[in-house]
Amino acid sequence: MNRVAVTGLGLVCALGNNVADCWNRLAVGESRIAPLRDPGCPPYKFQKGAEAREFEPSAYFTDKDLLLFERFALLAAVAAREAVAQSGLTFEGDLADRCAIVTGSSVGGQFSEEDGYRRLYRENNPRVAPFTIPRTMSNAGASRISLEFGIHGPAYTVSTACSSSNHALGQAFGMVRSGQVIAAITGGSEAVFAEGLLRAWEAMRVVAPDVCRPFSVDRRGLSLGEGAGILILENWEHAVARGALILGEIIGFGMSSDAHHITQPCIEGPAKAMAWALRDANIKPSQIDYINAHGTGTQANDVTECQAIRKVFSENADKLLVSSTKSMHGHTLGAAGAIEAIATLLALRHSVVPPTANLTAADPACDLDVVPNEARHAPIETALSNTFAFGGLNACLVMKRA
Amino acid sequence: MSVRNMPEYSETDDLGAHVIRVIAQSQRLPADSISLDSTYEELKIDSLDGINIVFALENEFGINIPDEGVQNMRSVRQTVEGVRTLLEQKNQTVVPPGAA
Repeated sequence: MNRVAVTGLGLVCALGNNVADCWNRLAVGESRIAPLRDPGCPPYKFQKGAEAREFEPSAYFTDKDLLLFERFALLAAVAAREAVAQSGLTFEGDLADRCAIVTGSSVGGQFSEEDGYRRLYRENNPRVAPFTIPRTMSNAGASRISLEFGIHGPAYTVSTACSSSNHALGQAFGMVRSGQVIAAITGGSEAVFAEGLLRAWEAMRVVAPDVCRPFSVDRRGLSLGEGAGILILENWEHAVARGALILGEIIGFGMSSDAHHITQPCIEGPAKAMAWALRDANIKPSQIDYINAHGTGTQANDVTECQAIRKVFSENADKLLVSSTKSMHGHTLGAAGAIEAIATLLALRHSVVPPTANLTAADPACDLDVVPNEARHAPIETALSNTFAFGGLNACLVMKRA
Repeated sequence: MSVRNMPEYSETDDLGAHVIRVIAQSQRLPADSISLDSTYEELKIDSLDGINIVFALENEFGINIPDEGVQNMRSVRQTVEGVRTLLEQKNQTVVPPGAA
């Protein structure tokens, strides 16, 4: 078993177009959930979202690229560029074949799909745009990354709703740890602000009318967000040998499925995933200092997540810092695991726990230290990042300060 | 022979210029970089770009370009001739002799 270093990070979301800008906002608890730009359609029941407003694809890509790749794939590619640049890796010789790419995306290229249906069903025009297939495929981000960097190793995409990119990270972690590959470019991306998808979320009645307020007694649902997070995972010895800056370490990963309900969360499933992650990392519950919670801001999630944490951590739960950074970058669905893993890793690196923003009053049913509204300086060493998906699919990643 | 909403072309060829305009627009190339004698290889237009050009031509001229027709279009001139043939077929279909 090899140790797994993180040697590069890339981030694009409502908080900014790079890791530094995003971290500067996370570290002061600045929420970027804002009024949606005029959608040009009847209003939604929710008025706000975490759009990556500073991300203008034409600043990064040629016209031809824009024809072939959708926003979610381009977000992944830009985050990958930042992460690869930071890692200093070049994909020549053996590394080109022994680097993996594992991305997560829940919905793939939603805009082209909706354009196609609009033509078909609204305009009765049977001619659908010719690049609809490559634009919509969920693996377009992974493929774009492999094309850009000339990487020939294993590459694929995981789609497990809100756990997609945490599952992707877990897969990549496993491959680097086992020695199957030397390095992996992994994470996920999502672009959610397409009318059909927003209507579907509206119909689910889980989106907050204003902003998400995780763990707050008056929480009324989640806020959707878009973005991408990419991490470079690297064989520890390989990273040390080339003198790379090691930003953190991945030490464990746990998964479970609820087998309970297609959308309602339960305590058992998330608790099992957290427990498996700790066991995989070979650490005791008392060794975890911080949990970046799934913390969607729905009534059901937040209370069950807190109960699951109590179940796993028992008396240690009261010493934990638990925050939901979704309060700042929104719920980015298939990108959530990756964006939050980066937030967690940076929290470890800077000894600053980003807060749960937008909290108005504590909920007695969520009786943990949820770091309300103000970031906390704390010497944290080890942290857990949770994602729990619709469909009852849970994934938890354990990271350690390097 | 005329068809509603369809332009007519003389032998000396406005159709060529029209096809070049469509190709240029779909590939975001300057129209004057494309001539009738350009091959797609010279223009660095690959098979995927070709699909986009075919889509644009079908929309522009209201024709259906069959898959085997696509394979025979290796140059702009071949494309223009293919479009011309399809337009002629279409005109015959839309306005059968004696029906106008």
